[in-house]
Amino acid sequence: MTHNLILRVVAKLLIPIIILFAFYVQFHGDFGPGGGFQAGVIFSAALILYALVFGLDAAEKIIPRWLLHLLAALGLVLYAGVGVVTMMLGGNYLEYGVLGSTQVSGQHLGILLIELGVGVTVAAVMLIFFFSFAGRSRS
Amino acid sequence: MEFILGHYNYWVVIFLMMVGFYTVISRGNLVKKIVGLNVFQGSVFLLYISISTIEKGTVPILKEGFEVYSNPLPHVLILTAIVVGVATTALGLALVVRIKEAYGTIEEDEIHRQDHSL
Amino acid sequence: MIDLLINVTLLTFLAITAVAMVRMTDLFAIIMLFGIFSLLTAGLFVVMDAADVAFTEAAVGAGISTMLMLATLALIKAHQEKKPLGRRPWLPLVVVTVTGAALVYGTTDISNFGDPLAPPHTHVAPYYIEQSMADTGVPNMVTAVLASYRGFDTLGEVAVVFTAGVAVLLLLGSRRKKNNSTVDKEDSNDS
Repeated sequence: MTHNLILRVVAKLLIPIIILFAFYVQFHGDFGPGGGFQAGVIFSAALILYALVFGLDAAEKIIPRWLLHLLAALGLVLYAGVGVVTMMLGGNYLEYGVLGSTQVSGQHLGILLIELGVGVTVAAVMLIFFFSFAGRSRS
Repeated sequence: MEFILGHYNYWVVIFLMMVGFYTVISRGNLVKKIVGLNVFQGSVFLLYISISTIEKGTVPILKEGFEVYSNPLPHVLILTAIVVGVATTALGLALVVRIKEAYGTIEEDEIHRQDHSL
Repeated sequence: MIDLLINVTLLTFLAITAVAMVRMTDLFAIIMLFGIFSLLTAGLFVVMDAADVAFTEAAVGAGISTMLMLATLALIKAHQEKKPLGRRPWLPLVVVTVTGAALVYGTTDISNFGDPLAPPHTHVAPYYIEQSMADTGVPNMVTAVLASYRGFDTLGEVAVVFTAGVAVLLLLGSRRKKNNSTVDKEDSNDS
């Protein structure tokens, strides 16, 4: 793990681009192909690449386990919470129209929020998978 | 000829489905069984997407100048199914790891022998 | 026409890959072939106008799935599949052939590939295609259906993903003890 100079340089170059791409896919999913599911997987792929090249301990310094566990639940809560908020505002569960002043602006905000929830949960769960499997071999 | 080309997708899907099914029921290695299940799963994805395709259609993203779009509903169903599929695959693999730790093997017949169930 | 040609070629590749996967006994090679299988599937999805699905399959199937399988292989330290002994090898083959023949018989009723008048395209799909822009203001119909029309469905899927994450954590998350000579007893000890 210590002498892979080319791997390290290429990984340092690639990881920011992968993360940028993940955010692009996340927030541009309304207009082009993409969305929370894909963005979450791509984001986790960037961190998995980091863990593969620089070691598991270094990756856990960036994103500790407790944070992953929290994020996985938080994404789902955000999704379900949007539904509760729409109910509070007088709509049905997950009826985004009531979130904004017009139907379309409310839908836009609702879709953005739930896609964010999906992305956070998927990214966190994929990283939990990787850390669980990889951490098992270390101990 | 038109009938063959029009149904080639479905036949390959069925072939893949059966290859996956055969792997699951005929092989004892648990990792290979999971790969077989994934092949089966992949064939179902292909079936849905084959159904959603429309001749001379395009990707279902609205744009000026395009009239015919492929059916977006199967895309949604399969999109979520793929992510759920990897989640269940990971769960299966985790079970395989625990079985290996408990029994020292991932061959089905050896596990049965240790349990005296066969 | 060129679409159909690519389609048929990729499907044939896919079938060959699947057969190779069954016949191999080296687990590492099988998993690598599975990665190729996923990538070919993703290519097919592009040809069949399903960009979002292809995107997901390429990232998930060829990336995360293959990586998880390799991680499993590293953990179980078994690289060769053993041929099962004392089984009747013809029985699964008969079951598979009969099931496959029944399914092929069923396909004679399905309308041709790409037929615009097929039943799936004539009920709810036209509504999504015509109304999604007015209803949600989102040009990508897949996102509109996924997040808005079928938001409840997607909530369930996210819950499944979350549950699988919790289950994997319960199975593998706890550290194994250094001394694993008493592997059978460890379940009661670690939490």
